[in-house]
Amino acid sequence: MSDNKSLENIVTQVRRDILRMVHKVNSGHPGGSLGCAEFLVTLFNDTMKLKDGFDMDGKEEDVFFLSNGHISPVIYSVLAHRGYFPVKELNTFRLLNSRLQGHPTTHEGLPGIRIASGSLGQGMSVAIGTALTKKLNGDDHLVYSLHGDGELQEGQNWEAIMYAAGNKVDNYIATIDYNKKQIDGATDDVLPLGSLRAKFEAFDWDVLEIEKGNDIQAIKDGLAEAKARTGKGKPVCILLHTEMGNGVDFMMGTHAWHGKAPSDEQLESALAQNPETLGDY
Amino acid sequence: MKKYTNTGSKDTRSGFGDGLTELGKTNENVVALCADLTGSLKMGDFKNNHPERFFQIGIAEANMIGIAAGMTIGGKIPFTGTFANFSTGRVYDQIRQSVAYSDKNVKICASHAGITLGEDGATHQILEDLGLMKMLPGMTVINTCDYNQTKAATLAIADFQGPVYLRFGRPKVANFTPADQKFEIGKAVQLTEGTDVTIIATGHLVWEALQAAETLEAEGISAEVINIHTIKPLDEEAILTSVAKTGCVVTAEEHNFLGGLGESVARTLALNTPTPQEFVATQDTFGESGTPAQLMEKYGLNAASIVKASQKVIKRK
Repeated sequence: MSDNKSLENIVTQVRRDILRMVHKVNSGHPGGSLGCAEFLVTLFNDTMKLKDGFDMDGKEEDVFFLSNGHISPVIYSVLAHRGYFPVKELNTFRLLNSRLQGHPTTHEGLPGIRIASGSLGQGMSVAIGTALTKKLNGDDHLVYSLHGDGELQEGQNWEAIMYAAGNKVDNYIATIDYNKKQIDGATDDVLPLGSLRAKFEAFDWDVLEIEKGNDIQAIKDGLAEAKARTGKGKPVCILLHTEMGNGVDFMMGTHAWHGKAPSDEQLESALAQNPETLGDY
Repeated sequence: MKKYTNTGSKDTRSGFGDGLTELGKTNENVVALCADLTGSLKMGDFKNNHPERFFQIGIAEANMIGIAAGMTIGGKIPFTGTFANFSTGRVYDQIRQSVAYSDKNVKICASHAGITLGEDGATHQILEDLGLMKMLPGMTVINTCDYNQTKAATLAIADFQGPVYLRFGRPKVANFTPADQKFEIGKAVQLTEGTDVTIIATGHLVWEALQAAETLEAEGISAEVINIHTIKPLDEEAILTSVAKTGCVVTAEEHNFLGGLGESVARTLALNTPTPQEFVATQDTFGESGTPAQLMEKYGLNAASIVKASQKVIKRK
């Protein structure tokens, strides 16, 4: 377990990393990345049971899949600070010959990544597959995944949601980043999702909501509750209410920063709001 | 010329089913996933003998491919089973991202390929799958010719590390390859020796090629028949060695001429030794309903077409 202050320090540094990575190559997705920083930092540094080092099989440890691969800056930063690869490698994000591709891939052999993601809607199926393998292997560790809410517009998710409940995949916790925004605007305007809670429950999942999805203590409590609900015959869904662009005042409350890089001045302002904690790469 | 005997017609898909049954006993990491076509894919024995390792996914092929990819993490060797159309075109992006690009050890096993599916018609047939799969970096593509070879291939791909597309068919076809054959991925099998024309065939067209070779022999034409069971990686050495002798080639496949075996052979020849070639394949068309034999005749995928193509290509030398 980690105290909230040290997790907060990681979060602030992760925010700086995200902003600087996207700014440097003038491309990437800062909004959703910032919105998920607290969740992923808490998951990797407090909640998940992880082995030292990395192997693709992930036996006898918890496993995480990022389905909404466009928020690659946050997962890269979180993995680097967790020790999967050198933090200074963040400097190569989206550059030629880098392991840090625009969207995460196993193709370049980056420790911490077990599936390519970017083409949306596939991660839940993959996570279910690994959860099934853990059951076959007698491995009682858990599988976690993260999905965008807009991503649920892809039909494959609903195949997976149906399968997981119908086959009692109860060693699996899927988290939906419920920020209600996507590239073209509010999800309610692009393609309304309706009540996600009612939909997951109708598919026979155990659903819980983390109302303060950018609050470390709330995330800790929610993940603990989710873990407590595993092993009871149902897959578990967390609806994580987040703020896109969290931690940078001018990026919050809008979908405009889904896939746009800050200018030099905007970067300066954003970094000033998030003073260095662990040292920049 | 060496003659081959039909030792009893059987369907290639039963070769897959029987191979999978054997794998169930010999390889505990093998798991099977099916999208509501257990009977069609002959996966029933595996299901009954190893219910804990059989996964009924339902009519949800995209989810099946993703689950298969995820099951490799932790060491399983998933074999997915559905019709070739739904194994490839329907889930191309899932295979591309979650299997091929992610280099997952998934075996995509596809029955009812080509037009010999028959009466169900074009919606359930596919004549583009070899092209779709061979264009994916890292994907191994196999198309077997009879029951025995399909069974041998099924066993072989379990021991091979990496994504594989294994294609077979629905109807009963001549079973003529040895029951105890060793299946070597990427290694062509020369069936007859000849000097006038090389006939390179894959899948159900291999038996037709052998029949064509007998007809040609009666006409005084010596045909060398090569069974290319692995479309990718292609055994270029076998092709070039044969063509050096014969000076011309006919390719034969139950697939569109665009993107199939014929194009892979043509590329090999163009880069090494440009050679006259004729294509026995469908001509950029969808299929239709009919019996397999009727369709093979209408679309020119039989021994008679191979004979005609051979006569034509020899004149082009």
